Amino acid sequence: MSAMAEERRQKHCSVVLPTESMKAMAESVGVGQLQEDSCVALSEEVSYRIKEIAQDALKFMHHGKRRKLTTSDIDNALKLKNVEPLYGFQSQEFIPFRFASGGGRELHFYEEKEVDLSDIINTPLPRVPLDVSLKAHWLSIEGMQPAIPENPPPATKEQQKVESTEPLKVVKPGQEEEGTIQGKGQGTTTPDGKGQCLEKGLIRLKPRSTHELSVEQQLYYKEITEACVGSCEAKRAEALQSIATDPGLYQMLPRFSTFISEGVRVNVVQNNLALLIYLMRMVKALMDNPTLYLEKYLHELIPAVVTCIVSKQLCLRPDVDNHWALRDFAARLMAQSCKTFSTTTNNIQSRITKTFTKSWLDDKTQWTTRYGCIAGLAELGPDVIKTLIIPRLAIEGARIKAVMEGPVISNIDKIGAEHVQSLLLKHCASVIAKLRSPPDNVEQYRTEYGYLGPMLCSHVMKARTQAALQAQQVNRTTLTITQPRPTLSVSQSGLSGSSGPRTPSIIKVPSSLTLMSPRPGTPSQPSPPATKYIVMATSAGAASTQQVILAQSLSHILDLHIGMIMCQI
Amino acid sequence: MAAVQGGMSDADIETDIKTEPSTDGFGNNNANDGRVLSASPGSGSSTGSNKQTAAVTPEDQQTLLAVLQFLKKNKLIESVEILRREAGLPENSLDPKATESAGAGSGGAAGIVDLEGGDVSSLLSRVTGSSSAGAQAPTKAVAEDQPDVRVVLSAYSQQGDPTLYEVYYSDLKKFIETVLDCHRAELSQVFYPLFVHMYLELVYNNHESEAKAFFEKFSGDQECYYEEDLRVLSGLTKKEHMRGNETLLDFRTSKFVLRISRDSYQLLKRHLQERQNNQIWNIIQEHLYIDIFDGMPRSKSQIDAMSGSLAGEAKREANKTKVYYGLLKEPEIELPLDDEDEEAENEEGKPKKKKPKKDSMGSKSKKQDPNAPSQNRIPLPELKDSDKLDKIMYMKEATKRIRLGSDNLPSVCFYTFLNAYQGLTAVDFTDDSSLIAGGFADSTVRVWSVTPKKLRKVKSAADLNLIDKESDDVLERIMDEKTASESKIMYGHSGPVYGISFSPDRNYLLSSSEDGTVRLWSLLTFTCLVAYKGHNYPVWDTQFSPYGYYFVSGGHDRVARLWATDHYQPLRIFSGHLADITCTRFHPNSNYVATGSSDRTIRVWDVLSGNCVRIFTGHKGPIHSLAFSPNGKFLASGATDGRVLLWDIGHGLMMGELKGHTDTIYSLRFSRDGEILASGSMDNTVRLWDVMKAFDDLETDDFTAATGHIHLQDNSQELLLGTYTTKSTPVIHLHFTRRNLLLAAGAFNP
Repeated sequence: MSAMAEERRQKHCSVVLPTESMKAMAESVGVGQLQEDSCVALSEEVSYRIKEIAQDALKFMHHGKRRKLTTSDIDNALKLKNVEPLYGFQSQEFIPFRFASGGGRELHFYEEKEVDLSDIINTPLPRVPLDVSLKAHWLSIEGMQPAIPENPPPATKEQQKVESTEPLKVVKPGQEEEGTIQGKGQGTTTPDGKGQCLEKGLIRLKPRSTHELSVEQQLYYKEITEACVGSCEAKRAEALQSIATDPGLYQMLPRFSTFISEGVRVNVVQNNLALLIYLMRMVKALMDNPTLYLEKYLHELIPAVVTCIVSKQLCLRPDVDNHWALRDFAARLMAQSCKTFSTTTNNIQSRITKTFTKSWLDDKTQWTTRYGCIAGLAELGPDVIKTLIIPRLAIEGARIKAVMEGPVISNIDKIGAEHVQSLLLKHCASVIAKLRSPPDNVEQYRTEYGYLGPMLCSHVMKARTQAALQAQQVNRTTLTITQPRPTLSVSQSGLSGSSGPRTPSIIKVPSSLTLMSPRPGTPSQPSPPATKYIVMATSAGAASTQQVILAQSLSHILDLHIGMIMCQI
Repeated sequence: MAAVQGGMSDADIETDIKTEPSTDGFGNNNANDGRVLSASPGSGSSTGSNKQTAAVTPEDQQTLLAVLQFLKKNKLIESVEILRREAGLPENSLDPKATESAGAGSGGAAGIVDLEGGDVSSLLSRVTGSSSAGAQAPTKAVAEDQPDVRVVLSAYSQQGDPTLYEVYYSDLKKFIETVLDCHRAELSQVFYPLFVHMYLELVYNNHESEAKAFFEKFSGDQECYYEEDLRVLSGLTKKEHMRGNETLLDFRTSKFVLRISRDSYQLLKRHLQERQNNQIWNIIQEHLYIDIFDGMPRSKSQIDAMSGSLAGEAKREANKTKVYYGLLKEPEIELPLDDEDEEAENEEGKPKKKKPKKDSMGSKSKKQDPNAPSQNRIPLPELKDSDKLDKIMYMKEATKRIRLGSDNLPSVCFYTFLNAYQGLTAVDFTDDSSLIAGGFADSTVRVWSVTPKKLRKVKSAADLNLIDKESDDVLERIMDEKTASESKIMYGHSGPVYGISFSPDRNYLLSSSEDGTVRLWSLLTFTCLVAYKGHNYPVWDTQFSPYGYYFVSGGHDRVARLWATDHYQPLRIFSGHLADITCTRFHPNSNYVATGSSDRTIRVWDVLSGNCVRIFTGHKGPIHSLAFSPNGKFLASGATDGRVLLWDIGHGLMMGELKGHTDTIYSLRFSRDGEILASGSMDNTVRLWDVMKAFDDLETDDFTAATGHIHLQDNSQELLLGTYTTKSTPVIHLHFTRRNLLLAAGAFNP
């Protein structure tokens, strides 16, 4: 109680501006040597007036239906008091006050940058902000909230997490109201709700059954899985897109997870490369879906992914088929899941690293597995490369040399060695470029890294020139962007996430809204197909877009391979 | 310093009025004299007031003598004369007053008006013309309050020992804590107003440090819903601040109303008299209005339900007036019976069969509701042919309406405004849900058509001349096909548009704005027709009467105005709220207007007489949404505290409390049959409530209308039928279509 009172007292304690500020302000308008008394009087008066204005500004914020106070609210509050508003503070976001101290004084000031006119003239005009438009969607249909991208996910990640980590959570009646009402819809919960209310007390709830899927969900699941492993690439793209964006999938997650792990198990045995690739793409899509809480299913997904990285044989004809791409892709997936899911308790990353290192160190390991291990490790980042891969370059080089220059034992081994070699060069070069200082001596490299030394040397040099080029470019771009960028990009990216591609059209009425039918049917399933990515790719620049492009190009590569495979089959 | 003295001694203030004419005469002459008295007139007033202590009179006399001598020396005989004459006034010892008036005059001339709000400066502003306008916060309402203020202000200046205030207060606190439980809750109501008034007294008498200590010691004890006001109070540490502060002016000019049972009141009275605690007794006598009732003392929860407003609860007699809440009789319109062939809709107006349809609506309108006002209590516009057509359409739609209930929830269609960049401030739908209007912070008003029918302007006058006026489709021909588009923008305001409302016939649109005007727009030409000026401050809300023609607006100036579209001056001014009017709604029978305010009360006004007929208290934050039930019996209100309260208009009672929202409720709407209440909030949710159940549950309980003390059950959870969350879109408007489909609107806020 006393603590609370203390707190509130703190809040109410009248805060007054420091007298130093008064002095600083007086100086800034040319009044030197302000009396201490006047400073005190002024600061009290000014503090009071500022509070008054802030109170009025809050009114404008409330009526503007916002949570954020803006500079225009302050302006309006000033106008209310018949004071000339402050011109020139039209900051959309935060006001970039800067801090400086010196001579025993501390100052916060508003930095006004010098802007080079020629820069402004030369930079292309920013894009015109989009005009206001209306978009309609079903928030609820007869009490049920449809799981469409326009609506928030039925169960948030946190809820899914709570569900999986604390299955026997004590739930007070009514506390769970959001989850039940949204998750299952009104029809099923009304009786439950009443039951809860009747008992009026703490009830231990069993975790919600995730094994019952509605007919629609079953249909959806069937369609999606068929499309994912079917032969039509366009359909597959759409299905994967749906997995990656649909907010209502969490109930089907166990099914998907089992589908993938079983699928991998069967197809590895049958050496069906194409299907493995499809399954890995499903994993990728699941991981891309921001609304899913995957942690619960990692025990099924990770073994499947690891299998695709290190399996001895993934295809029928290892000498011809490009299973390397699959290994690369899966390794990347592995790295991504390490990054997102590794915690101190599950230790995914260290466990995975151990597994890879162990089988790599084994002399009897096949070249394919060897390749997978190295790829898996290398994708984990430069630190892992530095500590685990680079020290073994010499040994690995010797082994490659033995295969490459020794008597030809099998063609497959040779191909494997070649791939391992290029993989090592690719990943190590950039890391070594950062580790070593510039003069790259071939001999030094040879002594240090053995057989791979000379090749590494040339790769490192290439990496250096490339890095230098990039740095230049970066410098140049930072130079040109002196003008503050409009906040457009932010809002755009927010938009593209939630409302689909930019559309010029103004209004979309949900298919059956037009007052003619009082009972709305299901609104058309939003199916933003692959075109969405193309739209985004044209507006390159944002980091997220680049990622998308990366993922996109990856899947393009895979597509090519698949095309090849199809031809061969 | 001179100017300060004006506010210093109480008796002076009362005489201000009388001395005013003389000050007018010589104010300018005296400018120099004033400077002699105070070294720095500009800042002297604030510092000077600190130095001044309780003992004033001897100093005053000295200064006055000095002034008189000085005047004589400078041969300003006239001034001396006047001073003398002033001194002759029969109130106090003559000298201080004279100084006072001279001081006031000089202060005004020197332009130190700003720091003196309230009464003195209002006089000064008359002396100096306009120089004070800049810093004058109080609005018209304050000006009206002037005499009142002065009286109340003077009441503050009784000199009690400032150090004893804490003792008095804690003594009372101790007493109330030890009384019987049944009385404690009631008597605890006294704490807050007492606290505020004692604090203000301390501040008024310049006991700055004591005031601060008092505040810090006891502010933590106050109910949490007064936090906003306490924050304002904490900022106020100087006497000069009191003058300009609207909140406190309200607090002092209007008595704080408490409802206490007779037993508890006697207990308090006896205690205070025993203890000779005159300080507190005086405050209770002068600043509080204690509404005593016979019967059981109320419980803590009962009190909490009703308290929270700026000026306490409503007096009981304030809600005694009879309110005709029934609906007006619907005009009898022949309804064509050809519901089956929809083609007939295109050429309606020519009913083939002259048999009136017997549906629920029709039969209800047959018999006159005993609670309804007489049909012509206020003059309503005649129905036009087009209105009749619309009525027919309405009835047809009504027959297809879905019957809603707890097991049959409405579907919700959400209209998201994209790319509004936080600028959407108001939304309205037409009754037939064919148009959406949006008001924006960039001063624009936009209208969208949500049906395939596009928006078209009327042709220009020259082109209109060419039209065959006798043709059947003349209404179609006057439209300019070239201008057809899905949306139109209307420019005219010079500030954010906070309120927007369609006329029932869809020909006009009203918008109210920060620029102080309400504008009437034509939806045929998409131009502004009238700008109604009257509110000089931001107009927060406006709404058309359900029968058109009239509209109501309310804003920062604390008055609501009733207008007719063809008058450029308001027909009624509803004044009484103590803070901004934040929302305005017409009763379905158009005879009453409800207004919600930042003073946390709702008032219902009679359009005919302009009187306030209901005051509802109970909200703990500014009210931002109101909705009448379709049968006119109930009112729902939503506020920044996230609660919806339900009111019975006829009895003037609170009917229920719906808790669940976590942020300001910006929109409320009853379904067309009144079974379901939808609420939309800043917390990004739409919630549906079973209000029929809420009303039924309460009616089965026998609550006594006489005392108005109801036991509210906390059953929000049972009444909540659904919660629908948007991704990141605050819900700022809701609307039920004629078939009970719920439309919601808001701007996506990334």
